[in-house]
Amino acid sequence: MAITRGFTGRDRRGGDDRLPPGQYDTGAGWPTLTAELTPQVDVDTWTMTVDGLVDTPTTWDWRGVHALPGSTYFGDIHCVTTWTKFDTTFTGVSVDTLLEITGVKPEATHVFATSTTGYTTNLPLADITDGKAWIVWEFDGKPLTPEHGGPVRLLVPHLYFWKSAKWITRLELRDHDEQGFWERNGYHDRGDPWLEQRYQGDA
Amino acid sequence: MTDAPGEVLPEPVASSWTTATVREVEHVGATFVKLRMEVADRHDHVPGQHYVIRLRAPDGYTAQRSYSIASDPTDPLVEVMIECLPRGEVSGFLHDVVEVGDELEVRGPIGRWFVWGGTTPSLCVAGGSGVVPFVSMARYARRTGTEPLMRIAASAQTRDRLPYADELEEYGAFIALTRENQPLADGSERVAAHLYPDELVPLADGIERAYVCGSVGFVSFVGRILGEAGVRSDAVRVEQFGPTG
Ligand SMILES: Cc1cc2nc3c(=O)[nH]c(=O)nc-3n(C[C@H](O)[C@H](O)[C@H](O)COP(=O)(O)OP(=O)(O)OC[C@H]3O[C@@H](n4cnc5c(N)ncnc54)[C@H](O)[C@@H]3O)c2cc1C
Repeated sequence: MAITRGFTGRDRRGGDDRLPPGQYDTGAGWPTLTAELTPQVDVDTWTMTVDGLVDTPTTWDWRGVHALPGSTYFGDIHCVTTWTKFDTTFTGVSVDTLLEITGVKPEATHVFATSTTGYTTNLPLADITDGKAWIVWEFDGKPLTPEHGGPVRLLVPHLYFWKSAKWITRLELRDHDEQGFWERNGYHDRGDPWLEQRYQGDA
Repeated sequence: MTDAPGEVLPEPVASSWTTATVREVEHVGATFVKLRMEVADRHDHVPGQHYVIRLRAPDGYTAQRSYSIASDPTDPLVEVMIECLPRGEVSGFLHDVVEVGDELEVRGPIGRWFVWGGTTPSLCVAGGSGVVPFVSMARYARRTGTEPLMRIAASAQTRDRLPYADELEEYGAFIALTRENQPLADGSERVAAHLYPDELVPLADGIERAYVCGSVGFVSFVGRILGEAGVRSDAVRVEQFGPTG
């Protein structure tokens, strides 16, 4: 494609290999993109369920998830609206820990994540296992704020951030894929930032 | 937040990048620029959708950002209205550098959620540049005679921070300025202030859906007052852009 007359770009880190194609460094900012009003989720009534194709469907409450062995993610996050935030720290519990407790049936291939608001997103099981996904409640050592998905969100940092469902309440393991909210609305089924899988139809 | 049954959604266009040729450039006030573009291989849009504009430097570096469509679907040109942000990489370029005849890489129309198909009684509440998708909806409503189904309230600090203010007023939109008093038709003045719940109540009467577009702070403020005006939070669709710091 032709170059844009007069455009040279700005703020570029010389060939920063941590920036996926088409992304820019948002610096200290953390933009939000949401399709609905931010709910006030009460930690006294919030629960987290893992069910579907598991051996022991399990529901944890706020104290229950905090009693599990904790885990911290340190690294970058990438939003489909083209910002990347470097060196974030999120604390919570690894999804592996939840799945160890519930067990996973051999026929499970996908997971369908649901938020308290009814927001949904779909992921291949392989994208949330082996240290790739977390349920998190702290950002940079402080409670996650409601507009960023607090009190608890899913974190799948190697995929575009709409996969990291805010206000997470349920992961259902399935033997098939079914599109979630943004996927039905035109976004890609997987969302790998390094492959620029932004919209349906991208490779 | 499920899609209402029977609602006609735009096709999930698996669109690839195409070329838009800029046909008109109009600077609006000090901070806005209106671009009207001829899009090659264009797909029809539904009011509320957006395009992605991608800029490409000689060394291959690219920057892309989303911009809502302001035009009616039958307009031969696609219109966008861009607010020039301080140090904004893309908005600054579109505002300062782009001229008639330039070609831009674009992709769209995109989005199947923040759209209005002309059938659902709705209230749109905009802050500043957040009016853009609603201008497309209003133009569409005018052409199709569905104006009774679409009400608009728009808020900005001052009138020149609200693009399309005249057109919106002509449409019957309610305008709230937060830093400027505003003469009203009856000769009185609306004192500079944020939207009051009382101002939204009559507009919210009988609606089935509300659309809110603006900055993060604006969206959460409007969410609260819509609640006070009796609008259920699951009837509210949100589009927000801008930093949260
Ligand atoms: C679906 C969608 C539709 C959009 N429609 C429009 C539209 O119709 N018109 C329009 O002007 N913009 C629109 N935007 C915003 C637009 O995509 C860009 O984010 C905006 O133009 C800033 O890009 P930039 O490259 O100029 O600024 P950047 O270089 O990305 O940012 C420059 C500085 O401005 C801050 N900043 C970024 N966005 C904002 C903001 N909105 N307000 C205040 N500060 C900000 C950044 O944090 C940064 O400090 C839309 C965004 C989305 C997601």
